[in-house]
Amino acid sequence: MLSYIAHRLGMIVPTLIGVAVLCFFMLRIMPGDIVELKLRGDGVAVTEEVIQQERARLGLDKPLASQFVDWMTGLATLDLGRSLWTDKPVVEEIGTRVWVSLQVAFMATIIAVLIAIPLGTLSALYKDTWIDYVVRVVAIAGLAVPSFWLGMLVIMGLLLLFRWLPPIETVSFFHDPIRNLSILIWPALAVGYRYAAVATRMMRSSLLEVLKEDYIRTARAKGLYERLIVVRHGLRNALLPVITVIGVEFAFLIGGLVVTEQVFNINGIGKLFVQAVGRGDFTMVQGLVMLVAVIFILVNLAVDLLYGVLDPRIRSKA
Amino acid sequence: MRAQSDAVRSGAGRSGAGQGGTRAPTPNAPNLDAAGALLSVRDLHVHFVTSRGVVKAVDGVSYDVKPGEMVAIVGESGCGKSVTSLTVMRLLAKPAGRIVGGSIQFDGRDLVTLPEPEMRELRGRDVAMIFQEPMTSLNPVLPIGLQIMEPLFVHLKMDKATARARARELLELVGIPDAERRLDMHPHEFSGGMRQRVMIAIGLACNPKLLIADEPTTALDVTIQAQILELMKDLSSRLGIAMVVITHNLGIVARYADRVNVMYAGRIVEHGTAEEVFSRPRHPYTMGLLRAVPRLDKPRDARLYTIEGMPPNLMNPPTGCRFAERCEHRIDACVQYPAVVDVGRGHTAACHRAAEFEAADRGHPNLRLVRNDQPTPRPHHDDPILNVAGLSKHFHLSRRTGLFGREKVVVKAVDDVSFNVQRGETLGLVGESGCGKTTLGRLILRLEDPTSGSIQFDGRDLGSATPSEMRALRQKIQVIFQDPFSSLNPRMTIGQIIAEPLSVYRLEPNARAVRDRVAELLSQVGLHPYMSERYPHELSGGQRQRVGIARALAMKPSLIVCDEPVSALDVSIQGQIINLLEDLQERLGLTYLFIAHDLAVVRHISRRVVVMYLGRVMEIADRDELYAHPAHPYTQALLAAAPVPDVVVERARASRPLQGELPSPLNPPSGCVFRTRCPKATKACAEVVPPPVELRPGHLAACIHL
Repeated sequence: MLSYIAHRLGMIVPTLIGVAVLCFFMLRIMPGDIVELKLRGDGVAVTEEVIQQERARLGLDKPLASQFVDWMTGLATLDLGRSLWTDKPVVEEIGTRVWVSLQVAFMATIIAVLIAIPLGTLSALYKDTWIDYVVRVVAIAGLAVPSFWLGMLVIMGLLLLFRWLPPIETVSFFHDPIRNLSILIWPALAVGYRYAAVATRMMRSSLLEVLKEDYIRTARAKGLYERLIVVRHGLRNALLPVITVIGVEFAFLIGGLVVTEQVFNINGIGKLFVQAVGRGDFTMVQGLVMLVAVIFILVNLAVDLLYGVLDPRIRSKA
Repeated sequence: MRAQSDAVRSGAGRSGAGQGGTRAPTPNAPNLDAAGALLSVRDLHVHFVTSRGVVKAVDGVSYDVKPGEMVAIVGESGCGKSVTSLTVMRLLAKPAGRIVGGSIQFDGRDLVTLPEPEMRELRGRDVAMIFQEPMTSLNPVLPIGLQIMEPLFVHLKMDKATARARARELLELVGIPDAERRLDMHPHEFSGGMRQRVMIAIGLACNPKLLIADEPTTALDVTIQAQILELMKDLSSRLGIAMVVITHNLGIVARYADRVNVMYAGRIVEHGTAEEVFSRPRHPYTMGLLRAVPRLDKPRDARLYTIEGMPPNLMNPPTGCRFAERCEHRIDACVQYPAVVDVGRGHTAACHRAAEFEAADRGHPNLRLVRNDQPTPRPHHDDPILNVAGLSKHFHLSRRTGLFGREKVVVKAVDDVSFNVQRGETLGLVGESGCGKTTLGRLILRLEDPTSGSIQFDGRDLGSATPSEMRALRQKIQVIFQDPFSSLNPRMTIGQIIAEPLSVYRLEPNARAVRDRVAELLSQVGLHPYMSERYPHELSGGQRQRVGIARALAMKPSLIVCDEPVSALDVSIQGQIINLLEDLQERLGLTYLFIAHDLAVVRHISRRVVVMYLGRVMEIADRDELYAHPAHPYTQALLAAAPVPDVVVERARASRPLQGELPSPLNPPSGCVFRTRCPKATKACAEVVPPPVELRPGHLAACIHL
């Protein structure tokens, strides 16, 4: 098991090198010049000389190959460079924002799991009854409603019904958990709903499939209680594909909180991402892409390990 | 023996009926009905409601099971034998399946009306069930110990330590060594036979009064089948458990069952003791079945007897005798459903003419089983169409070991195999699963590249053929696959399926010629040309296999590799396909490589037989020579393990099932691969790979003890 984890962690390095190379060159293809945008963006007249100086200062006048070498050697020492826009180190810019995004994603995941597993199970057990229909309508609605729009509805609802708005400034969970949660629960709910909808549908179809298996019939023939059959023999097998969906969705969330963060005015990496792309801030975008890639890989590893915990067949193959 | 069985009984510690809690062992006296039956099914009717109509799967079935006896329910697929047994457990698929009439008296209670909570208490405690597919009947994510202990927790309220001790005892009882360690293992770490033993252990956990086994060995190899059935028979008599065995295999019934119920189209058509039913069948369906099975114990017929036609549709069954349409003995009265006729000796048959058969038979036992005994004369010349020499196929796998280490593992699926196939003959290739017979077939079809060795077809080496030569050769070697259900594309019509190779190879000048050729091929395999418009799902299994044959014939091949072509088919249909293959061979001068695991089928169709085990050839001989004088211990064991549908023969045979499991092909034994299970094995067997020895001309066996 340990050697398996070590092997998988070892595989991260070549994957990340691939991501780094691709991301570097793709960004260079993109149109737009950050220096022009930064200095002339407001319509201020700036001389060509100043522009050239700024380019030189940011290292943008160097040939592409040498910029690439700088980027890759920087990576090797975990130095992602400085933001071209704010001049602060990329690591620091991301570091101050990543936690709030991660927290929203985690909360959304917890909400999704808490909703999806019971609802999906109920829906499967009461297939083609009104319970099933209600769950399926709720789940379809979750897929159809964009989370930012749901977010706006939530804010409007809070304002109109309770005359209350979440506080503007976020604080750390460890500093003031109640205040922290009272802000972040709303975006987590907004994205968690869609997330739960996907997982509920997977849970339902997966459990329906499992309940048709021969070993469920064996369990019945042993005279086990129905609840034991569903929980011990059904759920554990049915969870495997649900875990995959949850893992993939989580990884998407990290990069996909963009609009929701905008709606709820949260200073997370989603918002940072939009800004960086808009400004043509290469180094910042590169840093964010690397971060999302790492999270993606780690989540996938976690999913695979969880698979191993739940399914002994996979454990012994690894 | 006795002591152990007593220990098992007390270990189960049956608690007071339905009370739970009290663990004092109470006498296990079953409540029997007036006739002394533990289970008594009367006029049972089960319907399945489907979108296309109501299927009357079980239509008035009655049978009894007495304590300690083994009752068989025999019949072909779709006759309702499994539904009957699932109904006893009240495990019918909900909501489609429902009991619409009749009663099931078990142990003094009617299971049809028993409330579900009481029914649940009964399941696994008083009645246990073993299913067909050991590979899927155990939960893959739970350790088998827990799966055995579950009924102990639920029914006998045992604590963990007691249950674990009992589970270990059960594993030992079903012949699984090293039980303590095995309790924590998961189903994927067990072979099919071992899994079926675990299923039996689960069934026996609470010391049930009745054990229902639904095709318990159909998915297993013949040597493992013998082990499992011997075990069940032994446990049943030692522990006094009544058993219902559902099977399509007449040989199993002959060897193990006390009484037999023959089912056809939802009804029991004949019932009696095994001796009676097998030696004096009184229903034409039973007579037909017994004649249709190719047999190891009788001289070989030139042609297999077949029951023509197909069973009726149970959505709309005929009002009269359901077998009438296929019956040779049909009379006018058959439009009325026959009453059950008692022909004496506890033997009944639902046939208008049963008494007549009885009278005609008296003094002439086995009148109807007289067989025409003449071997088909076939020229014995030396003109091999296929010559396989030193053929090997090794699959290289890699296993992860340690951090970044990988270990190379070689699976020798086929190892140094040599034989030839004469033009116009059928060469049978038998062996159990994992013996490499299918890989060998794929090598000859060039679906796989050999690791070493050569395959010469019609004097040309397939290994050195250029792609264009190969294209021409491929037409001459065709294949018929095992599963007629999955080997036809469901989205193509039968016509398109057969025409596809014709157009790929541009064998016909235009579309019209292709159509004509398809029609010709269909009639050649006994199908109406209008079938070409149909889709595979509209055809029965036998018809689909005929389509598979037509597709192979389309290329006008000279050699056809038949990979288990009849193993998925019922006995009565199997005979039709085998006869068709033989007719086609005669008419078109075809050569067959016939791969199968059923020794009797292989004996019927082949002129010579190759026996394989774990990738190697064990024995090659002429059919009659091989079956009369098997030389290799493995061939002898295979023949001993295959039950034949004759009670007298079976009861006279000593049971010596081959011990042990097939070794892992990842780590085959050194020297002779069979030595780990061989009764004759000595030290020397581990040292050298035995070379084939020619015992008589044409009879080779690879054993150093010959």
